[in-house]
Amino acid sequence: MNRVLFLIATKHVLARQRQSIVSTLGIVLGVAFFLAVAGLMQGSQSDFIRRLIDTSPHITISDEFRLPRAQPVETVYASGAVDLRSAKPANEPRGIRGYERILETLRAIPGTRASPVLNGQGLVRIAGTDVAVSLSGMIPSQMRDITVVADDMVAGSIDALAADANGIIIGDALAKRLAIGVGGMLPLAIGDGQTHFLQVVGLFHTGRMNYDESQAFLNLKRVQSLLGRPARVNSIIVKLADPYQARVVASRVEKSGGYKSVSWQEATEDLMASLAIRNVIVYAVVGAVLVVAALGIYNVISTTVMEKRRDIAILKSIGFHARDIQLIFLFEGLLLGIAGSVLGLMLGAALMWSLGKVTMKYPGTSEDYPLPVDWSIFVFLIGLAFAMGASLSAAFLPARKGARVNPAEILRGS
Amino acid sequence: MSEIVVKAEKLVRRLGGEVPVTLVDEVSLDIAMGEFVAITGPSGSGKSSVLYLLGLLDSPTSGRLFLNGVETSRLDDDQLADLRLAEIGFVFQSFFLLPEFSALENVMLPMQRLGRLSGGAMRERAADLLAAFDLGEQLHKLPRQLSGGQSQRVAIARALANDPPLILADEPTGNLDVHASQNVMRIVRDLAHGGNRAVVVVTHEPFFAESADRMITIIDGKIWTPVPDRKEAIVVPR
Repeated sequence: MNRVLFLIATKHVLARQRQSIVSTLGIVLGVAFFLAVAGLMQGSQSDFIRRLIDTSPHITISDEFRLPRAQPVETVYASGAVDLRSAKPANEPRGIRGYERILETLRAIPGTRASPVLNGQGLVRIAGTDVAVSLSGMIPSQMRDITVVADDMVAGSIDALAADANGIIIGDALAKRLAIGVGGMLPLAIGDGQTHFLQVVGLFHTGRMNYDESQAFLNLKRVQSLLGRPARVNSIIVKLADPYQARVVASRVEKSGGYKSVSWQEATEDLMASLAIRNVIVYAVVGAVLVVAALGIYNVISTTVMEKRRDIAILKSIGFHARDIQLIFLFEGLLLGIAGSVLGLMLGAALMWSLGKVTMKYPGTSEDYPLPVDWSIFVFLIGLAFAMGASLSAAFLPARKGARVNPAEILRGS
Repeated sequence: MSEIVVKAEKLVRRLGGEVPVTLVDEVSLDIAMGEFVAITGPSGSGKSSVLYLLGLLDSPTSGRLFLNGVETSRLDDDQLADLRLAEIGFVFQSFFLLPEFSALENVMLPMQRLGRLSGGAMRERAADLLAAFDLGEQLHKLPRQLSGGQSQRVAIARALANDPPLILADEPTGNLDVHASQNVMRIVRDLAHGGNRAVVVVTHEPFFAESADRMITIIDGKIWTPVPDRKEAIVVPR
């Protein structure tokens, strides 16, 4: 029975070709615009998170505490009315105590890689200006596993750092400023005022200008000796098999060791919140476009109902139910929605493909990158669902109105 | 006694509003199977309103209507629609064919809604009905490609699609030329006398009305009954 209703709906839509095309066009453009924007948004977000996960540690354990350590009086009288004011924490030497034990615990988690790091600062004098350089002392054999420096190497290698205890790997931008290459000597001033000459054994290039100008990797033992902190590390960086478990693992580590453990999610919470707000704003704007498009469908079906009042009366006189009439006009909305969605998805895919071919230089980078476009099926499904929902909603009111037509009134008037 | 198809008991149809209007006023009638009844009366007298009540297109303000023994006043809209589909065929003055559908598709519509026949059987029955009315060559023509007489014959074929026991026709010859009118009149008369069916026709055509088995005159919404000695009472001035 629904076949005849669908046939009537199809005939109505085809009989009003021009209006049907115009209203469908609204949905086509709405869906295409939605896809292009959503694909780009999702793409940029995924790309951002992927870079974040790939290039940053999933968990960073530092030699800090979130809360001051509990004072003995608070421990002894845990349930007592103790009010301790202005307690000054004891001065402790910087660094993570017993970091080997923490490393062992972490490495016991399958797929987890962890490496100790001693971070510090050094200065390089360029043309009379001191430029700060972030020093990361690491165990060279672990760098390949836990960082992406190996992928970004443009000259020399990480292995050379293991072979040369006095070696240093710097960014190519810093090397260019110093007019220095692999094999050259880098004068590095440390807090003790002395200048140490380190041999450049490798150059990396990430494309992030600031990072390439200010980051340097050295052998852990060399940094410990330069900073006068033997057998100390002030940070442990961790990579997990499943990056999305970082928050859970970080919390567990912090509970057991006390040291501040920051997951990548926590470290980028403000950025993630900005992304979420950006998503809401853009989806609202694109949603509004589809709502406007749906108004076109409402207009066409509403006009059809007005013009087809006589036909509705005839169908009712034949014996069609009010629900049948409603279904006919809902089918019309469905047909326009399907046509608009299918064409819109095709046009949207073409737009996404075109956007994927566009390259641009992001702020803070020195290279052109293609716009990241997400081809996830979910973007297409959301676009489809939104368009179909808008079309059916737009058809609902006129369909209901059509169903309420009183045949006697219309036929008497005719 | 013949089987009663329609039985109306004191049907009243009143329109509300600031000035209430009574369209049908206590109309009672019986229509038997095989009977051809003509309803006549001046314009605006309520003929069509009576027809719409008999056809369950409109609900009476009061009174009772039985269709094949079923009391219809307690039925909901869907049940009334089902009765219309299976028991009643309508023919209107303006043909009222769906303009986007061919003659064949128009005739198939009631059968498709009823869904008792297969697609092929529906098509075959629709083609046979149209052929019976000399429209075998016009099956795939749209209503706008048909003459008035042809369109009305398509409408009659559509009314007969589900083989209903009651055919209601509202001024079926009102928009036709003389030749087409006579053709339609003959068809309608044959419908009533040819089988198990009752036909009620609202018409202004005296010849058509007089050819009916029974003529009912509606004036001001009421069935008008002639006074037997009325002629004697009329004084013709010299």
